[in-house]
Amino acid sequence: MELVLNEDQELIAKTAFDFVQERSPVSRFRALRDSGEPLGYSKALYREMAELGWVGIPFDEKQGGAGMGLAELALIVEALGRTLAPEPFLGGIAMGGMALALGADAATCEAWLPGIIDGSKVVALAHQEAGVRYDLLSVSTQAVSASDASDASDAYTLSGEKVQVLDALGADAVIVPARTAGEAGDAEGITLFLVEADAAGLSIDRQSRVDHRNAAIVRLDGVACGTASILGALGAGGALLEQVIDRATVVLCAEMVGGMSEAFDLTLDYLKTREQFGVKIGSFQALQHRVAAVYMEIELARSSLMAAARAVDAGAADAQRLVSLAKARCSDAYVLATNEGVQIFGGVGMTDEYDIGFYLKRARAAEQTFGDAAFHRDRWARLGSY
Amino acid sequence: MSELETFRRETRAWLEASAPKSLIGVASSELEGVWGGKRWKFDNPDKKTWLTVMADKGWTAPTWPTEYGGGGLSNAEAKVLAQEMRDLKLPVPLIGFGLTMIGPTLLRFGNEDQKNEHLPKICRGEIRWCQGYSEPGAGSDLASLQTKAVRDGDHFVIHGTKVWTSYADQADWIFALVRDDNSGKKQEGITFILIDMDDPGVSVSPILLISGKSPFCETHFTDVRVPVENVVHEIGAGWTVAKALLGHERTMIADTFGGSGSKAREKSERSFLSELAVSRVGEERGRVADALIRDEIARLEMDGRAFALTVQRTKDAARAGHQPGSESSMFKIYGTELNQRRYELMVRILGPDALGWEGPGFDPADLDITREWLRSRGNSIEGGTSEVQLNIISKHVLGLPA
Repeated sequence: MELVLNEDQELIAKTAFDFVQERSPVSRFRALRDSGEPLGYSKALYREMAELGWVGIPFDEKQGGAGMGLAELALIVEALGRTLAPEPFLGGIAMGGMALALGADAATCEAWLPGIIDGSKVVALAHQEAGVRYDLLSVSTQAVSASDASDASDAYTLSGEKVQVLDALGADAVIVPARTAGEAGDAEGITLFLVEADAAGLSIDRQSRVDHRNAAIVRLDGVACGTASILGALGAGGALLEQVIDRATVVLCAEMVGGMSEAFDLTLDYLKTREQFGVKIGSFQALQHRVAAVYMEIELARSSLMAAARAVDAGAADAQRLVSLAKARCSDAYVLATNEGVQIFGGVGMTDEYDIGFYLKRARAAEQTFGDAAFHRDRWARLGSY
Repeated sequence: MSELETFRRETRAWLEASAPKSLIGVASSELEGVWGGKRWKFDNPDKKTWLTVMADKGWTAPTWPTEYGGGGLSNAEAKVLAQEMRDLKLPVPLIGFGLTMIGPTLLRFGNEDQKNEHLPKICRGEIRWCQGYSEPGAGSDLASLQTKAVRDGDHFVIHGTKVWTSYADQADWIFALVRDDNSGKKQEGITFILIDMDDPGVSVSPILLISGKSPFCETHFTDVRVPVENVVHEIGAGWTVAKALLGHERTMIADTFGGSGSKAREKSERSFLSELAVSRVGEERGRVADALIRDEIARLEMDGRAFALTVQRTKDAARAGHQPGSESSMFKIYGTELNQRRYELMVRILGPDALGWEGPGFDPADLDITREWLRSRGNSIEGGTSEVQLNIISKHVLGLPA
């Protein structure tokens, strides 16, 4: 495993950085937020990104993708994270898209993946339930087998509620983990259903979060699902979900590395320009040592991300541990970088006018998605048999 | 098969055929390292054989040029050699400041005579070196050093005191910073010079530390006459040499503390720390019973792994032709503080068992941990304090104003 970019990867990173800086600076995120437009991103820009080949990166060539890996997708998402570009790479590709690619049969892949890869369709993954923190097996949404089902198209009836479902508003379908057996917390008995957005009994309502990202409550009130809509094996969705969320976690970490790097650069610029007591505030040792500590944490976060992406791509034995390492390090580093950023900006850091606050809020949202640092330290220990 | 794979196969075969059988399968950490030098006593004749065999091959200093006793290997080949030695669990044949500090410095700044004189003896473990940098009045502010070098014909007469000279009582030569001129800026007028510890006027007194051990000494120079030809680089240009050497020192310290070590430990089912914790606080349902200690172990192991990955990333980038930055400062801080945290945690896991100093009623392994904990407090002070490293990062990496 080489922790250095090859020439192709350097090119991907540079292309993505240049495109995002030009087409989606932070001011665009601010404008989207101010507009109150519920989608929170641009379908047209997303299609352009798909035309550049970005969306197809992690999908197999035989599925119409580029056959690359998370190591490459991470470069795109890092560039997006730098400017908080809100296009649905996390919810739509890393979660929904990956769930289809890993779990769906050939017919379902054929029906959905071309549209996902060309950017015309978005499929979300609704794993989060209210009152549940980070345990993927705490699924209470019920999938009741209908004894009087007329044919395979209404074999199950889904009822339940999912919250903060990322990129669900405006999605064409939602993948819903539901219980076909067992109780919340059981490893077995979870099944993943693909539910189209216009299905009877399904409602998707926008939620307003601190980071202004597209997130929604997904309510299932007796939604009929056929056996053809099941991803993977019946009752074995827990393991599939864990696989998908591990990949999504790596992608989220890439966004976080981009965000923390930008927040740090903003802070560094401020230290070099702001004057107090007749000197640049960056000349104060108390502030120098604080940002030097942040610098080190960001370097460690980046190394962990690179290792996790490569380990998952290679199917390495310690891939899960490295994913947890990356998420723990990125969570701590992004929160630290933005907390320190606001402190160093001082009063203006508290104002809505300055961008540093956007990063502070996104850092917190990202930290508390797919498990915070404490959750992943516990997982690291469990995977190490202690 | 690629050239590197051929090299790997040949290296493996050579190591298996040449290494003393008793040393294969023994982790380096379980053996006392060989520092070499005129005063060195081998505790095991096989270690002497191993040193001779490896020195003949040039592999005590694998990447140094062959004309100076090195192996002439590329960085990639040296990595393969290290991997194969690790895989066979063969100990490193020779360690010390000759290989890690003065050797690389002479390769960069030394003249041909100096390289021919000193490098082969370092490679063969014949001469042991120590470092004369700090003084009683010059610690973090190293450039204020005052050990005097007065020119007298083709000699310098050295007078002054160096402190924290590691293992000076066992060293044969010392590389030292001395002041030949007091008229300019304090970084000017410093000269880097090589001194034979057997010269008249050199005396050494060990310093007793809080750990009860004496790895450091005070070294006194009373009108010691040193030939001018022993100056490395130019007279008055010692600060440049000193800074480069400190970079080597920091990298060495970082490598010692967790650069590569933590990974090997994790290969076993349970890590050393979690085993230690289970032995002291018990387990519940297969997990360390104390959730707070468990969390601290995970935090430390993960930080260690992230650090090791960062060291690897820097090396991979260097091999790919990227210019190295000032990473050594970061590695110095993080590596040493990890080591300190590791011993702090071990001592807390031991609880009252960590309070022994010596004698009956205490497990010898626990006594070692306590002594090492005390020793580790110096890690963030020696070789440039953590605060000095933070200053270097602020100015040279982040470009913050002075």
